[in-house]
Amino acid sequence: MSVPHALLALLSEGPKYGLRLQNEFESRTGEVWPLNVGQVYTTLQRLERDGLVETDGVEGERSQKSYKITADGVRELAEWLRTPPDLVPPPRDELVIKVLVALQVPGTDVHEIIQVHRRHVIEVMQRYTQVKAAAGKDDVALALVADAELFRLEGIIRWLDAADVRLKQLPSPRPAPLADAPLEPAQTTEVSQ
Amino acid sequence: MTTALELRQVSKVYGSGPSEVHALEAVDLSVERDELVAVMGPSGSGKSTLLTIAGSLEEPTRGEVLVDGIDLATVSRSDRAKMRRRSIGYVFQDFNLLPGLTALENVTLPLELDGVSSKAARSAARQAMEELDVADRKGHFPDELSGGERQRVAIARAIVGERGLLLADEPTGALDSLNGEAVMRLLRAATQRGVAGVVVTHEAQLASWADRVVFLRDGHVVDQTAAPPGPESLLAAGDR
Repeated sequence: MSVPHALLALLSEGPKYGLRLQNEFESRTGEVWPLNVGQVYTTLQRLERDGLVETDGVEGERSQKSYKITADGVRELAEWLRTPPDLVPPPRDELVIKVLVALQVPGTDVHEIIQVHRRHVIEVMQRYTQVKAAAGKDDVALALVADAELFRLEGIIRWLDAADVRLKQLPSPRPAPLADAPLEPAQTTEVSQ
Repeated sequence: MTTALELRQVSKVYGSGPSEVHALEAVDLSVERDELVAVMGPSGSGKSTLLTIAGSLEEPTRGEVLVDGIDLATVSRSDRAKMRRRSIGYVFQDFNLLPGLTALENVTLPLELDGVSSKAARSAARQAMEELDVADRKGHFPDELSGGERQRVAIARAIVGERGLLLADEPTGALDSLNGEAVMRLLRAATQRGVAGVVVTHEAQLASWADRVVFLRDGHVVDQTAAPPGPESLLAAGDR
């Protein structure tokens, strides 16, 4: 999430105080992306240094400064909206690495490792779904943010499912070198509560 | 809370000898009223078998199935059929609405089959259709309804009357993601009114509407989610 551009977007509606910017940011995305007031002010200082916002120099109520977007800020915001996010090269995905490493560690049941992560991801998805379920019908911003996370997490689940099947189809699984390991991957029948 | 459905060490074997298939192996599962449970697993993991056994459409090879505390093996065939009609509602992937009947007649049918008077059945059906926001479509035939409306009518048919157990097999079928979400919201609302629900799905987003997700693999329950800690915990997880 680009905090500077989110603040520019809020200022494009009109001049605002820092505290109001924080409130508006949080009311739109807060349950998913919390933002503290310190972050707001350091970001505003940087935006002011770069000439993207300006203050009127007059301190208002409770010595707060009112910030206003500049013409350069409007241009920057428009350009950012149209710039594709950095999708390549792919991030070194920790989960992918864990599954790859699990294949190398003797006595490790990779299907069990996959299930541990599958459960965890679903539990996180349940929480985002609760956010969505509790949101008001007109709270479109929150639904969009929750959806974005849910679709991203669903992608992870689909990768885990595909990895599970792909590994199951391997011609001959290496026998687990640890003693008394059964021939069947019976350890996956344990129910972990 | 009342346990509406309990499976104890349920196994199901199809065929015999070398062609024997173990669809379910010693499955334990209990579902309370007010609870929506999702069952996830790859194709062939036993999800649909679990649902048909829970709904008494099939008998287990071994183990016990209890609906509202009653062991299905101890009741006569006709009583079991009665239980199936009165206590259990089904939602299928392809909706299974009868094309020659209007939406209202489709919802009324299970009650009328059960001997409920036509007037009482229609009144209960109207109430169920109002809950699902399709009361204004009651005179339409299934082919005059959109996919989302058809599924709402199918859910109304599943919850009409005094049913305590709602079973759904891939209930969002080919619906798009928002119509699928709407179906899950309705199933969740139904369980929050005191029904126990079991939904079989392979879609993680749909499963995430459930209170608990149970994972099946090769006929075994291999795992399940912990009770959801509530959305406020996302604030702590937000700084990933």
